[in-house]
Amino acid sequence: MNLSFFDQFASPSLLGIPLILISTLFPPLLLPSLNNRWITNRLSTLQSWFIYLITKQLMMPLNKKGHKWALILTSLTILLLTINLLGLLPYTFTPTTQLSMNMALAFPLWLATLLTGLRNQPSTSIGHLLPEGTPTPLIPALVMIETTSLLIRPLALGVRLTANLTAGHLLIQLISTATIVLLPILPTMSILTMMTLLLLTMLEIAVAMIQAYVFVLLLTLYLQENI
Amino acid sequence: GPLSERRLMDVRLGELPAWLATRDISLQGLLEGVQKAWSSYHDKYINVRRGGPAGISMLLAGYCLLSYGWNYQHISKISFLLSL
Repeated sequence: MNLSFFDQFASPSLLGIPLILISTLFPPLLLPSLNNRWITNRLSTLQSWFIYLITKQLMMPLNKKGHKWALILTSLTILLLTINLLGLLPYTFTPTTQLSMNMALAFPLWLATLLTGLRNQPSTSIGHLLPEGTPTPLIPALVMIETTSLLIRPLALGVRLTANLTAGHLLIQLISTATIVLLPILPTMSILTMMTLLLLTMLEIAVAMIQAYVFVLLLTLYLQENI
Repeated sequence: GPLSERRLMDVRLGELPAWLATRDISLQGLLEGVQKAWSSYHDKYINVRRGGPAGISMLLAGYCLLSYGWNYQHISKISFLLSL
């Protein structure tokens, strides 16, 4: 069997025109824009409530200076959420399966938290490299370990999102192929596989939402240490 | 009324080329047309006081169809069909 399962992740293009820009910009268009009314329609009310919930949840552990990040973090959450959820529809393209896009999101934001910390409170930021209460002989090793863990953060952020979504989409495609192929041969097995597919789809919806949340949550954690 | 002032839905099929000739085909005109189409769809189906899932579902179904169209060239290739 050819390895065409990975073709779904190819960057879409129509007659040589890359469509990735449209696929990335389309999800935010689905969200209703600000209405200058006191009582808006159902959709806008739901959206306002949801955004309030996200912002409150993200900003609670941060101090006053961290609240400057509220806009970018909330809009990042909404973007990732809509992109991930829209990717579960048939034939759609998920931009977050591209490592390039996730690294482009993760690296600058992580670097911004690091530089904020180094600029405003350099000794505290460097002090995070050594946890309290370490025995003295272990200090050099631990500093190196903490530095490595610090430097690997943007890579981990980007790859986590990419790997989770790519693996999910791939699993869905594999199991649905199995279901279709088994249908004429062993109908019972085919029905069992379809049950697995249903459960997997529900898992994927959950994963789509969780991964978006985790991405931004980790960024707030890095911010907490540094701001 | 005269052809240039009618909306797309009121133009008969035979008059379509003539109607297209009267439209403003500059970039700004196209963008204004897209904006107008989106806001009329949005106000009619989504921006209602007690809306339900129907407005957005139609939009998402249209997006699925569009994505199918974008992918058609790839999924209709025989190498793809044989590998399934």
